[in-house]
Amino acid sequence: MSVMSATASVGTQSAENKAAENKAAENKIPATAPLLSIRGLEKHFSLSGDVLEQLKFKGGRVVREQKFVHAINGVDLDIQRGEALCVVGESGCGKSTVARVVMGLLNPTAGEIHYDGERIDQLGAKALLPWRQRMQMIFQNPYASLNPRMTIQQTLEEPIRLHHPTWDYRQVKDKVSEVMTSVGIAPDWGARFGHEFSGGQRQRIAIARALAVDPEFIVADEPISALDVSIQAQVLNLLMDAQQAHNLTYLFITHDLAVVEHFGTRVAVMYLGRVCEVAPTATLFAEPLHPYTRALMSAIPRLEDERPQHLRLEGEVPTPIHLPSGCVFHGRCPHAERRCREEIPRLIATDNGAMVACHGIEEGRIPL
Amino acid sequence: MALLDVNHLDVRFALRRGDVQALRDVCFSLDKGERLGIVGESGAGKSVAAFSLLNLIAKPGYIANGSHIVFDGEELVGLSDRALRRIRGHRMSMIFQDPMMTLNPVLSIGEQMIECLKAHRRISKREARKVALEKLQLAQIPAPEARLDQYPHELSGGMRQRVIIAIALLLDPDIIIADEPTTALDVTIQAEVMALLLDLCEKQDVGLILITHDLGVVSQVTERMLVMYAGRVIEQGPTREIINNPLHPYTQGLIQALPQMATPGSRLNQIPGSMPSLDKLPSGCAFHPRCPFATLDDGRPRPGCRDQVPPLTGADARQVSCHMVAENKPVQADQSAPAKEAH
Repeated sequence: MSVMSATASVGTQSAENKAAENKAAENKIPATAPLLSIRGLEKHFSLSGDVLEQLKFKGGRVVREQKFVHAINGVDLDIQRGEALCVVGESGCGKSTVARVVMGLLNPTAGEIHYDGERIDQLGAKALLPWRQRMQMIFQNPYASLNPRMTIQQTLEEPIRLHHPTWDYRQVKDKVSEVMTSVGIAPDWGARFGHEFSGGQRQRIAIARALAVDPEFIVADEPISALDVSIQAQVLNLLMDAQQAHNLTYLFITHDLAVVEHFGTRVAVMYLGRVCEVAPTATLFAEPLHPYTRALMSAIPRLEDERPQHLRLEGEVPTPIHLPSGCVFHGRCPHAERRCREEIPRLIATDNGAMVACHGIEEGRIPL
Repeated sequence: MALLDVNHLDVRFALRRGDVQALRDVCFSLDKGERLGIVGESGAGKSVAAFSLLNLIAKPGYIANGSHIVFDGEELVGLSDRALRRIRGHRMSMIFQDPMMTLNPVLSIGEQMIECLKAHRRISKREARKVALEKLQLAQIPAPEARLDQYPHELSGGMRQRVIIAIALLLDPDIIIADEPTTALDVTIQAEVMALLLDLCEKQDVGLILITHDLGVVSQVTERMLVMYAGRVIEQGPTREIINNPLHPYTQGLIQALPQMATPGSRLNQIPGSMPSLDKLPSGCAFHPRCPFATLDDGRPRPGCRDQVPPLTGADARQVSCHMVAENKPVQADQSAPAKEAH
């Protein structure tokens, strides 16, 4: 079934198309269904240890107390085929957790994840295997994500052997040298170990490992933040080339807005585990709406600035242990009113094609 | 005369396989109240340059003979630790990269500040506490009185970096050396801390040496900048001039590689290859293997680039170390040139 709905959105053959459309209609999924759709996602991490550690003596009685880090609090996102959706935000906003939950590396506390029309967040490791081939991940730190005791050849062969158990030795080897060439690493370097390469080269190898099983969707968690400026450009170019060559869809996690402006088709801005604005990249950079997005954008140091020109925000990001009531941003927002402190804002579509979760924008009391 | 004058600074690390030269012939100066940026990628030697000013180079590193660091008329190279202590933290203070590592976790903020004051001045505890409070206020820390009795773990990263700025200002230094002071912080906090640092330096007429890899930050905060590559200064001059009109091919490449310089969605202008390791420096100009101008149009290597180290040339205000620029050939980044892939 997954294969059929895949052809539905590509729309190659009409007969298959129709069948898939019927199938999609049964599941109430439109023909242009997003590749990945996240609904009401929540992820809480317990801080309290096991049951015995949770017992506290309070007011003469033994009570059980649990504390949670609310990393994601109700995130809805759709990722369309072929786009690069960038998720930006400051540390602790839950952007990496979103990436990990999507990849199935963490189990969500609540909410659903649909990939190509099928719910994948409850699947076990074995049932997930075919999905894992279609979605791959690139991690932030290429010094930690490559196994130091495996040669590059072994590192790249492993996913291929796992997902194509029937392939013979020659096929695997050809595939490895193909992906190595495609990321600009000479195939005869396969016998070397990860530590023999520079940071940029290691990240290329990590990208090659993701590409080795021909995925259609790649989650990249801060793939260039650990690299130097001149190397960042090389790796970004490589990611864009790979997108064109393999028709990839990206979920790109980053804190660097300059990279987002360059790379992303759409941007989702997160704050304290919630999405506060989603918009096409050009729209967001031309006309940021949410007060937090505006502050974030003004804080990027730009070459043409002669002095810092940021909008001042009061206070600091609250801890995700005790979430503020209402809008999570209200404590630092210059436009906060009573409604902001009481009611959680929903993502609402605006005229310019963006979606914003802000009472002030909705009511029109924040000037554009 | 400049307040700080660094001449022919050579820093080496004595390793078993021989000396590795981390800095070669680094020269720069700083006037009173001037803000200087030192820019480069990791391994360029920018932190070593900053650390060597206060001789904070740990063994096996050492400052080689023939290097001169003259501060306010006094030669610092070869000075004893005891004599250096008059200057360290007093007339030149330092802000390090990671605010989590810089503060002592077992002393309250107040104790750390008073300790620092008492080490340099004959001052009563009560007086010292007053000075500490004043500096915390200067660093725009909310509820400064309460902070004095708090411990570092009770403060957020941005607040800790503000405390460190307050400590750096304790003894009214002439120069603050800040080594990537905001790299560990988020963008909005970085903007706040940078604005504060700039504001304080201007108001108190304190000189600033800012080490960073972020060209945006340098352009916002500093008046002059040095660009370093593989242990050498390859370009220096007024910040605005370098950003608007970089002369060295490496500086050009670095600026062109920024995502904000390209049209969204297009390929970025990349510098092929990566910075050479310091113990395997290429001959001649260290940048020549990555330089688009080191090869002539007919594919032959340009004479000079591979066998001669280009000296820093130009008027005092604007210096570049490149054979092309020295020969008055216009160095213009050719954007249509096919970018070579790194191997």
